[in-house]
Amino acid sequence: METIDKKRALKGGEFLIRETDAQDIFIPEEWNEEQRMIAQTCRDFLDSEVMPKLEEIDSMKNPQLMPQLLDKAGELGLLGTSVPEQYGGFGMDFNTSMLVAEEIGRGHSFAVALSAHTGIGILPILYYGNEEQKQKYLPKMAIGEWKASYCLTEPDAGSDANSGKTKAVLSEDGKHYLINGQKMWITNGGFADVFIVFAKIDQDDKLTAFIVERNFGGITMNEEEKKMGIKGSSTRQIFFNDCPVPVENMLSERENGFKIAVNILNIGRIKLAASAIGGAKAALNHAIKYANERKQFGQTIGSFGAIKHKLGEVASHIFASESALYRAGQNIDDAYEDLVKNGMDSSEAKLKSTEQFAIECAILKVHGSEVLDFSVDEGVQIFGGMGFSADGPMDRAYRDSRINRIFEGTNEINRMLAIDMILKRAMKGELDLMGPAMAVAKELTSIPDFGAMSDEGLFAKEKKVLLNLKKAGLMIAGAAVQKLMMKLKDEQEVLMSLADMLIEGYVAESVLLRLEKLIGMRGEENCSLQTDMMRIYFHNAIEIAARAGREAIYAFAEGDEQRMMLMGLKRYTKVEPFNLKEARRRVANHLLSENQYPF
Amino acid sequence: MKILICISHVPDTTSRIKFTADGKQLDKQGLQFIIGPYDDYALARAVELKEAHGGTVTVLNVGTAETEPTIRKALAIGADNAIRIDAEPTDSWFVARQIAEVAKDQGYDLILMGRESIDFNGGVVHGMVAEMLGLQAFSPVMMLDVVDGKVKMAREIEGGKEYLEATMPLVAGCQEPIAEWKIPNMRGIMTARTKPLEVRAASDETKLTTHVHFELPPPKGAVVMIDPSNPEELIQKLVEEAKVL
Ligand SMILES: Cc1cc2nc3c(=O)[nH]c(=O)nc-3n(C[C@H](O)[C@H](O)[C@H](O)COP(=O)(O)OP(=O)(O)OC[C@H]3O[C@@H](n4cnc5c(N)ncnc54)[C@H](O)[C@@H]3O)c2cc1C
Repeated sequence: METIDKKRALKGGEFLIRETDAQDIFIPEEWNEEQRMIAQTCRDFLDSEVMPKLEEIDSMKNPQLMPQLLDKAGELGLLGTSVPEQYGGFGMDFNTSMLVAEEIGRGHSFAVALSAHTGIGILPILYYGNEEQKQKYLPKMAIGEWKASYCLTEPDAGSDANSGKTKAVLSEDGKHYLINGQKMWITNGGFADVFIVFAKIDQDDKLTAFIVERNFGGITMNEEEKKMGIKGSSTRQIFFNDCPVPVENMLSERENGFKIAVNILNIGRIKLAASAIGGAKAALNHAIKYANERKQFGQTIGSFGAIKHKLGEVASHIFASESALYRAGQNIDDAYEDLVKNGMDSSEAKLKSTEQFAIECAILKVHGSEVLDFSVDEGVQIFGGMGFSADGPMDRAYRDSRINRIFEGTNEINRMLAIDMILKRAMKGELDLMGPAMAVAKELTSIPDFGAMSDEGLFAKEKKVLLNLKKAGLMIAGAAVQKLMMKLKDEQEVLMSLADMLIEGYVAESVLLRLEKLIGMRGEENCSLQTDMMRIYFHNAIEIAARAGREAIYAFAEGDEQRMMLMGLKRYTKVEPFNLKEARRRVANHLLSENQYPF
Repeated sequence: MKILICISHVPDTTSRIKFTADGKQLDKQGLQFIIGPYDDYALARAVELKEAHGGTVTVLNVGTAETEPTIRKALAIGADNAIRIDAEPTDSWFVARQIAEVAKDQGYDLILMGRESIDFNGGVVHGMVAEMLGLQAFSPVMMLDVVDGKVKMAREIEGGKEYLEATMPLVAGCQEPIAEWKIPNMRGIMTARTKPLEVRAASDETKLTTHVHFELPPPKGAVVMIDPSNPEELIQKLVEEAKVL
């Protein structure tokens, strides 16, 4: 079983320095019948229960509507996908739960309510709760009888989540912690029965997590926040005034709260990406239909090159991001299975496996939310004036998209986090970055490579481009670390550039691997449009990486060193000319003839 | 109660229908298939009846292996077991023969199906099955209940509704609102794979009808807006462009 060993051996972040075998990744074309049926159930549920009520949901006139919809989703089992069967759920694997997130993702405010409940609401108890806590809370949460929210953010503690001021003090009789403080931006706050609350005990430095029930007393809240988008999602400020929480409701150990918060957010981030891809596909589908219907100058607007350009670009971005999404999801599933096989407890293994791929989770959070923003933005543009009208579908899509770059860690925080995690792993010796970085530096001073790598074989050229892209990243990262040392963390602009190179490298590699595997399954002749999308994405990725690389080099290198790195970057970001216009047209024509995104 | 529910495997209602170059067959490429919507309501009612009265629901489909996902969806919705007759469902008589063959001597109290399939819309299979089995048939049935061993039904008729009471066994072609449409839940989906799906060969290969040629309706023209204060323009367009006056 050599392939299995090799597959399992690829650790989070290692994609940078190692090649992945296309056979080892999961691609969405491999969803099995059962998973497709689950996806269909999500679609049927949204179409019959949620989509006809979007206006009513957003109006917030009936505060019972959202909890009622969650109840209905609970009846179908959609809230218990990640919860093991012994606690009343369905114990599905990670990728299947991501598929559910993707399908529900086009459900606007409902999608946010559902994912907050099933993600940051349920998971802290599932992964950190003791047996009594799991028995008490999970069965009710898995069917939606109890709805959950997650209270981390405070008015003065947003991105800097550990700086919260909420306090927990043991009562005189030692039976309760009395919680005092103020939480902000709490999704599902208006109707939640259970709150996961992060607070500091006495003078602790670090947070501790508690399971708080609404009826414990001492909880008051402000009115619903007025928001730019996801207007139907309940968002509250919550005040805790001597809220008595039984000592047995402490989650995990004292001062373990920040770790819980971080680990739960890892999962939340990649799931947010899944949901974003669902939203992006929906926006693109609207745009395709409109491009087929709307006529100007005597023809449908879809027949115009400028519109085809947009459709082709958006589709390629979605296709690429989705490839990375489920590749990482499968990595997490594989790592989980491995850990369980080696005797680790299931909850711990779930956490460890996502922690292992936390870099990929951060990459996907950023990429998915930005692809969604790109899709809705081009969607509005394709709709023209109707895109700006509150009566068309793009208005809500545009407004609702925007939050995704902010919550679950802003995209700035996630960009820096991704690089920070890589450097930390390198420092700890878990990821050998310096070796490859030095090798690249050596290559730089040697004779330029005028195509030593074989041009034969499927996607040989793209593989070379990809390898070079990684080299470019390693070259700049290696030099930045050497040059800036401890100052690097304050040079956020450089970190952002490195993050962009990292993200593009990962996504480009994922879409290439998807194509390789897909062609193995269906034959080259049946994958020409997917190949077009891959190439379109590649060109984008290289452009972004080249610009980010230059930015970084200008920022920290000078003189000869700068010149040499710029030359290296140019060499490493060289791509052969490819008629992108025609490729986009081919993709767009197919979207238009299918009247949807069919991949 | 023993219920046999016959489902067809048809293109999704939103599909863009194309035919093969010779115009003789549906071009299945890229199409999504679903349980025939009327059959889906019949199935939903069968599951409700089972929940209320106990018994078993067997789902039957005449189709090639590609219909199995559709059959398993019916199992996920709540049928107990399934039979697939391994053959192309080419014409109504052929399909009815297969159903009758499965049903004969099996003691089904109710044989339910949609009033018609939405691909070829023949709408005659229920009648044929009943004839072959010597049973009575009703269609389109919009309400069906079993009270004290009797079947109470409502049927849509020209200009109104008809309320009936009949004895079992019987065959019914159903339509909404006979039941609340059901979305398979997670538990159903996960148990579907454990339920038996038996594949049988067709019992009688005779086919009486073949499709000679299909034609798509002409594409709809663009909508033209005419100012209500200008009826002359409307008349002129109706006479000269649409040539309907
Ligand atoms: C609709 C909505 C729902 C939410 N739901 C929840 C919920 O259910 N539970 C919960 O606990 N929280 C929730 N949040 C809070 C959310 O996670 C925070 O808003 C987010 O983490 C950002 O914190 P902040 O708003 O304080 O922004 P700030 O941290 O003040 O950030 C402002 C800007 O500064 C940047 N910035 C901050 N720190 C740095 C840094 N070190 N380096 C560089 N740039 C930096 C940010 O990227 C951002 O651009 C929600 C927020 C919203 C709007």
